[in-house]
Amino acid sequence: MKIKNKIKITVNGKQMQIIPKFTLKSLITKLKMPLNKIAIEINKKIIDKNRISKIRLKKGDKIEIVHFIGGG
Amino acid sequence: MIDKRFKIANKIFKSRLIVGTGKYKSFSECAKAIKTSGADIVTVAVRRVNISNKNKARLMDYIDPKKITYLPNTAGCFTAEDAIRTLRLAREIGGWKLVKLEVLGDKRNLFPEMIETLRSTELLTKEGFKVMVYCNDDPLMAKRLENAGAVAIMPLAAPIGSGLGIQNKVNIKIIRKQTKLPLIIDAGIGQASDASIAMELGCDGVLINTAIAKAKNPSQMAEAMKLAVISGRKSYLSGRINPNLFGSASTTNKGII
Repeated sequence: MKIKNKIKITVNGKQMQIIPKFTLKSLITKLKMPLNKIAIEINKKIIDKNRISKIRLKKGDKIEIVHFIGGG
Repeated sequence: MIDKRFKIANKIFKSRLIVGTGKYKSFSECAKAIKTSGADIVTVAVRRVNISNKNKARLMDYIDPKKITYLPNTAGCFTAEDAIRTLRLAREIGGWKLVKLEVLGDKRNLFPEMIETLRSTELLTKEGFKVMVYCNDDPLMAKRLENAGAVAIMPLAAPIGSGLGIQNKVNIKIIRKQTKLPLIIDAGIGQASDASIAMELGCDGVLINTAIAKAKNPSQMAEAMKLAVISGRKSYLSGRINPNLFGSASTTNKGII
């Protein structure tokens, strides 16, 4: 079945298309991100990682997924 | 003389050498250098995950945050708001409250923007962060940071990554005299003797990244820095002789033939 009305979101500066009501948890699973090594922001608001299954992504959401890299 | 423990925000650390994790050729080279350095604190930065290459190696896979204290920094931040956003994210990754604040004011010389740094220190402290502050070597600003709640004062020796060594020993000495907070030289170390000098001036610790990461043999330089920090600290605690303009013979003239 072809899914209509896909919505556009931005993840780490890149545009992605998802189905409506896609949860943040589904996105993290799809991207294969290890939850214990990342932090997530949606529209500059930090997300409690315990709540990601309850958060449904909306059109135009800007998501940032960060982790630690080498630094001084 | 028995040394007092190296304590930051009520936590005791074994090593007085803090090591940065940037600029290494690989994570394994970085991990090896950290091991030989003996450091129990490493600085780390917060950046976007690469979503198109999910299998890319991660720092946390090479340096275990359960075994070594991660000190998240605010590298690349130019305003208090940027710094706070970055450190809130760092805290969300794994509950880190001990942080390194670094708010820069100029992309070329990488000097700290002290007005924003002071403002950030106040705001972050109010939010419960324990803030170790990268700053210039101005004693007045160091005092203001202390009053704002900083848990460690971290003046530069010279510009970040320059390897020029300690350019203003007098200011570092004055800051040492006025503060009981941990005083850590944060930038500009080039070689092991610079680290020893920092410790001989009475600093509590040294933070080094480039001088180790960009050395031809990072692991060996890490060990040299470890020994230099220990050596400089012991020298400081031992009480040096007064410098004299003229010589003082080591051998007595008594019984001379």
